[in-house]
Amino acid sequence: MNSILFQLVISQFKLFFREPGVVFWSFGFPVVMAWILGIAFANKGEILRNVAIVTENPAVVSALPKWLHEKSGTVDNQLSGEAELEWEVGMNAGDQARFRFRAMSEEEAVLALKRGQISLWIEGSPETNLSYRFDPDNADARLTYLLLETAFREKISSEIKAEIRPLTMVGIRYVDFLIPGLMAMSIMNACLWGIGWNLIELRIKKLLRRIVATPLRKSIFLISHGLNRMILSAAEMLLLYIFAYFYFDIRIQGSLLALALVFLSGYCAFAGIAILISSRVQNTQSGNGMINIVTMPMFILSGIFFSYHNFPDWLIPYVEVLPLTMLTNSLRGIITEGIGLAQVIQPSLGLFGIGAVCFALGLKLYLWH
Amino acid sequence: MTIEVRNVCKSFKDVDAVRNVSLRVESGEALALLGPNGAGKTTLVEMIEGVQIPDSGEIKILEKTWAKDEHFLRKEIGLALQETRFQDRLTVEETLGLFAGFYGLNQVRTREVLEIIQLESKRDTWVVQLSGGQRQRLALGIAILPRPQILILDEPTTGLDPNARRDLWKILEDFKSTGTTLILTTHYMEEAEFLCERIVMMDQGEILADGTLAQLLDKFGEGDLIEYVIDGSNPTDETNLLGGVLSCRWDSETGQGNLTVNSISETLPKFLDLIKNSEVSLTSLECRRRTLDDLFLAMSGRHLDE
Repeated sequence: MNSILFQLVISQFKLFFREPGVVFWSFGFPVVMAWILGIAFANKGEILRNVAIVTENPAVVSALPKWLHEKSGTVDNQLSGEAELEWEVGMNAGDQARFRFRAMSEEEAVLALKRGQISLWIEGSPETNLSYRFDPDNADARLTYLLLETAFREKISSEIKAEIRPLTMVGIRYVDFLIPGLMAMSIMNACLWGIGWNLIELRIKKLLRRIVATPLRKSIFLISHGLNRMILSAAEMLLLYIFAYFYFDIRIQGSLLALALVFLSGYCAFAGIAILISSRVQNTQSGNGMINIVTMPMFILSGIFFSYHNFPDWLIPYVEVLPLTMLTNSLRGIITEGIGLAQVIQPSLGLFGIGAVCFALGLKLYLWH
Repeated sequence: MTIEVRNVCKSFKDVDAVRNVSLRVESGEALALLGPNGAGKTTLVEMIEGVQIPDSGEIKILEKTWAKDEHFLRKEIGLALQETRFQDRLTVEETLGLFAGFYGLNQVRTREVLEIIQLESKRDTWVVQLSGGQRQRLALGIAILPRPQILILDEPTTGLDPNARRDLWKILEDFKSTGTTLILTTHYMEEAEFLCERIVMMDQGEILADGTLAQLLDKFGEGDLIEYVIDGSNPTDETNLLGGVLSCRWDSETGQGNLTVNSISETLPKFLDLIKNSEVSLTSLECRRRTLDDLFLAMSGRHLDE
């Protein structure tokens, strides 16, 4: 390796490891996030669904009605008149549900709904006319309604027997979906903050101008930044994978060569974007803004934490050409589906292309002084 | 000749930063560009450094131009830009070593420069822990690393306390003996007087005066000054009659006045007699030789430190 390139890369390593905060955000944060989200969405038990029981009779507004105690099997003189009740239904994973009922006035229920404390309330009684009040566009409220309706039904038609068989094998858990997304996110962050932000900072400090006033070739300077972050980014990914391997029992199902190609192409795409973003920015606020403008939409749309297939159909083709989506899908394919080199060549070429175009444009626009 | 600037102009949006400036600097010369903020000094030196490109005109350095010989010129020019902040968490030696690498220099030169800038004791200190004066010495060290033929320093002592400023002057004074051509921008007249034989005064993008200190004072600053503050009516009419007075000014609101005289020793006794015999009282008196700031004020209506 060119000795000055080596010297530059080493200097950048020193700067990186001498900033404990930066080391944590690069190495610690993705692992902590994987751990928290992996735990949060696994083994969490049934969600407790809060439901309001609204009565129009001011005299009994603080007490749950008798019919609810009967339905829930807690008809008991001691409990009768209580304002709160928990009820668990279902025997098997998949049909279990836990409800917590609270008696309140309609005004209180509206307020609780606004605050997100409940997603649904019930008026009336099964003998008269039981009515459910909820936002039909709220999927969680609809699920609560269906679970409640099933639980309240005293006689279930038994002509069609149905069985729920829980799927819990490795590869289809939420954490299997999550880890490749976090890896892709970590590559994006390493480039945009590690390269883009660093270059912007050097310009703000006027150090960029000072460095290019020496005989050092600009290409060597930029390559040193790219190389340094690529090594760090590979280490970040490896650390995250080691954690996922031991803690969540995640295995790479596909080709390691394909994984290396996808990593390299994703890295090139985001390194190019980082050069473009940093090409003209001259102050901290604009730098922050530019990086957030690029990262935020991809965080939301690219299916890092949740599938983008829930977005409207017209949006999905656009989402699928975002670099973070291409990178995430390829990593997910390799890690969880076991796809090989042939299947990742097309997205990798796309990522290399994005990187090349952004890099060329960035260099053309680059404000060295 | 080392540097030749010919009819150079540079504008930023609506501001004409440098207007048709021509300047020749000989080898080994020490030249100060003196002027207040916004005078165009930094823009001019940045064009000489190849950091800015002139809108029109021509700059030749060591008979070469930036367009054709950038790589050569980068090796021959050492510079310290205004307000460069080096990486906080690299040590002094690492910072010097890194820049030495850019010039293809080895550790021996790094150690020599550490000694020249008197930072051997701080070699393992992070840049963030250095004082302002030490950081400026580090910037100077980086500038002299390649043993440049031309050294350009843009306001190297701005913001430093007097001691730190004197430390830097001492290093620069020693360095001048190597025969390097020095261009220095400053708005401190003492710095220009101390370090440079030739002074170029700039304002609003133009050169107002160019010469040695003695030449400038002889040409533009004839006479010494008697400055006073009085409590009472204007004595200007009588002061004109004192003899040896070249000009006089008086501000009725503040009571401040000054006389430009051929000889302080000749005029001062007469002035004091005049005050004694009049109904005004003298609250302050100062006699001094004219300075570059007085010249600049006379030429531009502004002080150098504005």
